Amino acid sequence: MLGEMTNIVVEALPQVEGYVFPNETIPHPLWSTLIVVYPYITGLVAGAFIMASLVRVFKVKALEPVYRLSMLTALAFLLCATLPLLCHLGHPERCYEIMMTPHLTSPMAVFGFVYAWYLMAVLLLELWFDFRLDFVHWAKITPGLQGTLYRALTLGVTDVSASSVGLDMKMGRILSIVGIPSAFLLHGYVGFIFGSIKANPWWGNVLMPIMFILSAIVSGIALCVFVYQFLTWLRRQTVDMNCLDAMAMFLFYALVVDAVVEGLDVLHRGFAAEEGFAVMQTMIREKLFYTLNVGQITLGTLLPLLMLGSLQLLRRRVPEAARRTMIFFSGALILLGVLCMRWNVVMGGQFFSKSLRGVMSYKMEFAGQEGWLVSAIIMCLPVVILTILVKLFLSERLPVTEPPLPGHSKP
Amino acid sequence: MKTSSSRRSALVKLGGLLAGVLALPVARQVKAAVQQVLVTTPAPNGYDPTQHKWLMCVDANKCIGCGLCAESCKRENGVPEGPYFRTWIERYVIPKPAPGSGQTRGEVQVDSPDGGIHGFPELSLPKDQIEFSFFVPKLCNLCANPPCVQVCPVGATFRAPDGAVLIDPKYCIGCAFCVQACPYGSRFLNPVTKTAEKCTLCYHRITRGLKPACVEICPAEARLFGDMNHLPADDPLQKFYEKNRVEVLKPHLGTEPRVLYAGLDKEVR
Repeated sequence: MLGEMTNIVVEALPQVEGYVFPNETIPHPLWSTLIVVYPYITGLVAGAFIMASLVRVFKVKALEPVYRLSMLTALAFLLCATLPLLCHLGHPERCYEIMMTPHLTSPMAVFGFVYAWYLMAVLLLELWFDFRLDFVHWAKITPGLQGTLYRALTLGVTDVSASSVGLDMKMGRILSIVGIPSAFLLHGYVGFIFGSIKANPWWGNVLMPIMFILSAIVSGIALCVFVYQFLTWLRRQTVDMNCLDAMAMFLFYALVVDAVVEGLDVLHRGFAAEEGFAVMQTMIREKLFYTLNVGQITLGTLLPLLMLGSLQLLRRRVPEAARRTMIFFSGALILLGVLCMRWNVVMGGQFFSKSLRGVMSYKMEFAGQEGWLVSAIIMCLPVVILTILVKLFLSERLPVTEPPLPGHSKP
Repeated sequence: MKTSSSRRSALVKLGGLLAGVLALPVARQVKAAVQQVLVTTPAPNGYDPTQHKWLMCVDANKCIGCGLCAESCKRENGVPEGPYFRTWIERYVIPKPAPGSGQTRGEVQVDSPDGGIHGFPELSLPKDQIEFSFFVPKLCNLCANPPCVQVCPVGATFRAPDGAVLIDPKYCIGCAFCVQACPYGSRFLNPVTKTAEKCTLCYHRITRGLKPACVEICPAEARLFGDMNHLPADDPLQKFYEKNRVEVLKPHLGTEPRVLYAGLDKEVR
């Protein structure tokens, strides 16, 4: 049995150029598409939340129409954020050990706690404070199981007096303020998982967490743009151009900062030209040519920068329909570009040997544990969850309750 | 009222500090006791890791590249067939420089076919074009600051007080973070057990007074192993680091390996 299995393994060895350590000539990369999807999903969560906090904390009125949608988007993706990690483990049945006996010097162990904090203490709580008033009203007007669900979600707190609602809003705002550093921490830690590996010159980089946070913000806003436009199209509603323009503006500026920091990283690597620089050049020129130069830089950064930048300059002269299209495609391209960035980081670090003398080419599997199929399913799952959440909590049939007139307790 | 309140708070703080200081050694003892109970190692009962300090030395000048060490390691430890090695041998061939190139040597060629288990094939270069060549046995570098231990999310891999870096296979979740973090390529995921694996210095042997399989079988005495806490004066290990200027692999990473090499070249990473 063992012999048969190992024979198969030997047959599927990767193509190797130069010298790679014998333990690196394994048939599949250790961290495959699942680990590409993992930081992508986490980044979308953090970004969508930051987008929502623009309304809550920074009081950007124009973005109010997408506040709830972005919060629900963050929740849908957060619920799936640990799935890729879990599926990737050799022993998923032991995953609870990360929480039970954490090794606190490990970024992966601390991520478990940051995740739990963010899900339980920030996102779910803030959503509850946001929706509580509506739950009370919806419970009254909705019959059947759905009504029971809303009633259960009020957690028994059915007080709709001005002071009670004021407290909800105050708590929501406090949680939102706490949520911003939490979102940074959540995704910063994901960046640190890679940035902390000094053995790998492609990963071990102090800028890595910062690049992950910035690209997360960009991808999250892009996702909100995408989901908002898709939802209005689906519901045959008209897009609030004021809101969309504001999103496009924030998307543009976030993308500028992200592109500058990532550019700095490339410049620094080129200038320092430390050990392993030659192998990195091979990566950029050959192994990651399409995903880096075409996907991440040209399609995912330069083209959206051009489109969104020109909209900032010429907004009034561009007709609404063209603006909508340009913003939609910018969002979609950025989503693709950030996925490429995750691929370049995760896979790029595994296409070369730690001997810095050779590179590996893998044939990515389709249906295996770390294959495309599982990753694709995990990527679809948040969309399914978001659909359910939107149907339940952003339904057109359910009116959003205006909070009672401002009382003394309103912040 | 104000005075009593501030006094009380000061006393509370002082008491807390004292309790903290007192609790520290107790906490350490408890942690050590818990670790001893929970950790699984292949050591026999009664083995006290605090009484030993293992050291591995490799004399690359002596290695003949026979591959017996890599083969005995696989057999001794039941390492799966295929690209999975707890130890392996690399061959470095330094060609003469092309005439007029202004270089001191040609471009180095490195290989390790099947970890060197079956020896090495004939060189592709004619002998008169080779400046020199040598073999380098590789294994876990027993880092004093092991990056693999640092990143393990559950603490399944740990550094024993005797210097061995070990893995508890009953605890490992198979995330491969340690494999990524090892700068020396010394770790792999066992395809059968789905847990991380690496050289343990044959912990089941050394804790019973034997030498690691690779050291035992090496016909050239290129691998030397011993306990620094109980080293006889005439031990070859003692002579080795008295006679040689030793170095470690990738010193710039600050991992402080306890595998010392003699006879390396700048090309060895």
